[in-house]
Amino acid sequence: MTPDLNSRPRLAPGCRLNDAKQQPRVLLMPEKALRLMGPSLEIVERCDGQHTVRQIITELQRIYDKADPQKVETDILGYLSLLNDQRALDFVDADASVGGSVA
Amino acid sequence: MNSTVSTPLALIAELTHRCPLHCVYCSNPLELNARSNELSTDAWRNVFTQAAELGVLQADFTGGEPLARPDLVELVSAARGAGLYVNLITSGLPLDESRLEKLVAAGLDHFQLSFQGARPEIASEISGTTTHAQKLRVLEWLRGHRVAVTLNFVIHRRNMDQLPEMLAIAETSCATRVEFANVQYYGWAFANRENLLPTREQLNSSLGILKQAQERLRGKMRIEYVVPDYYAKFPKACMGGWGRKLMLVVPSGDVLPCHAARVIPGLTFENVQNRSLRQIWESSAAFQKFRGQEWMQEPCRSCDRREVDFGGCRCQALLLVNDAAATDPVCSLSPNRNKVDAVLTRVADIPVTATAADVKPAWIYRSNPT
Repeated sequence: MTPDLNSRPRLAPGCRLNDAKQQPRVLLMPEKALRLMGPSLEIVERCDGQHTVRQIITELQRIYDKADPQKVETDILGYLSLLNDQRALDFVDADASVGGSVA
Repeated sequence: MNSTVSTPLALIAELTHRCPLHCVYCSNPLELNARSNELSTDAWRNVFTQAAELGVLQADFTGGEPLARPDLVELVSAARGAGLYVNLITSGLPLDESRLEKLVAAGLDHFQLSFQGARPEIASEISGTTTHAQKLRVLEWLRGHRVAVTLNFVIHRRNMDQLPEMLAIAETSCATRVEFANVQYYGWAFANRENLLPTREQLNSSLGILKQAQERLRGKMRIEYVVPDYYAKFPKACMGGWGRKLMLVVPSGDVLPCHAARVIPGLTFENVQNRSLRQIWESSAAFQKFRGQEWMQEPCRSCDRREVDFGGCRCQALLLVNDAAATDPVCSLSPNRNKVDAVLTRVADIPVTATAADVKPAWIYRSNPT
């Protein structure tokens, strides 16, 4: 599945970041904990139901401006898709005019 | 700190051995802790705080039936407050909507609802009580809450043919994860093994069904399958390796490396009321006993997989060949694999249509402590 650029990823119920004071930062979910650092943390912090996929890509391209922007985009789409397969993410508010499909 | 000791990732909190169900495959030991021996609310609070300081990320509330603890809402709140991710592993009895609401408000992250089958008759046969309708009610209530939901179907010879119906229950629910876990043969399940072990044909057919479902439901639901290790080529990495990732605190406060460790003769367990969790984890004799590789016998000692499955399960080695340090006899490399094959041959001769009443011994139901 390739995420819709206009959809807004949000962590699924029962999936959350541990407290910012705790190290290392991890994404907690049923029977799993994913260690996050650098870009993966930047991405997950933006899966708040507010940022669209497109905004997340633009912001990370700005942060990692030495990296190839096309590669940043591909990596982010791949990572979001992986999190969705693990049921750590839902895609909400996809723009109906572009199909709004999350499947 | 001993450099070979890793950080535990999860604390399994057996809050009580009391349970309204009497499942014939219960993972609890045959000798159960009485209510009068259970840790107090404050003692558990202290355990959660110590666990978080030790680096533990998740607490698995289990039992017995954790809902049997009247202070469960406080315990959820204490564990979450300590910084832990809180899992509740439950039969859904006894529960009403208002208590569920309180549990979620207290910070419950993940609700794991166990099922004994897809139909009321099998659920009653296995649990020795009426449970199925209540579970379906709980599943409906969960729809309204922001909590992860896993359905946990415990499968075996008597309910494996209901897999498609179980999938249908999961698909129409709010669950994002479903586990089909074959019974593991310890505790009460070991006593009922002949009636629970599936045949190879049943196992193969279930693998096909679940593989298809995984493809079809990708992105909608995570489907996990635990196969019966008697049919496996290599053993499971039991508990992720002895004293490597998990620790279990039983209702009385004794700390064990795994659910069944009490069957191993000569092991003594320390109690959280007498010693810190860190000390017990890092240096108690029970946790050190099978850490690392020093204890291993051949073929494990020189095996390429010794860091993959850590020799398999110590309790299974004890139960099947009476030596807790032996290679797990389910391993195809074990000199004792013939003992497992003999059991499989025996159950292959029992028709799958036979009920427990047809087979001797018939069900031995789990008792309930006072």
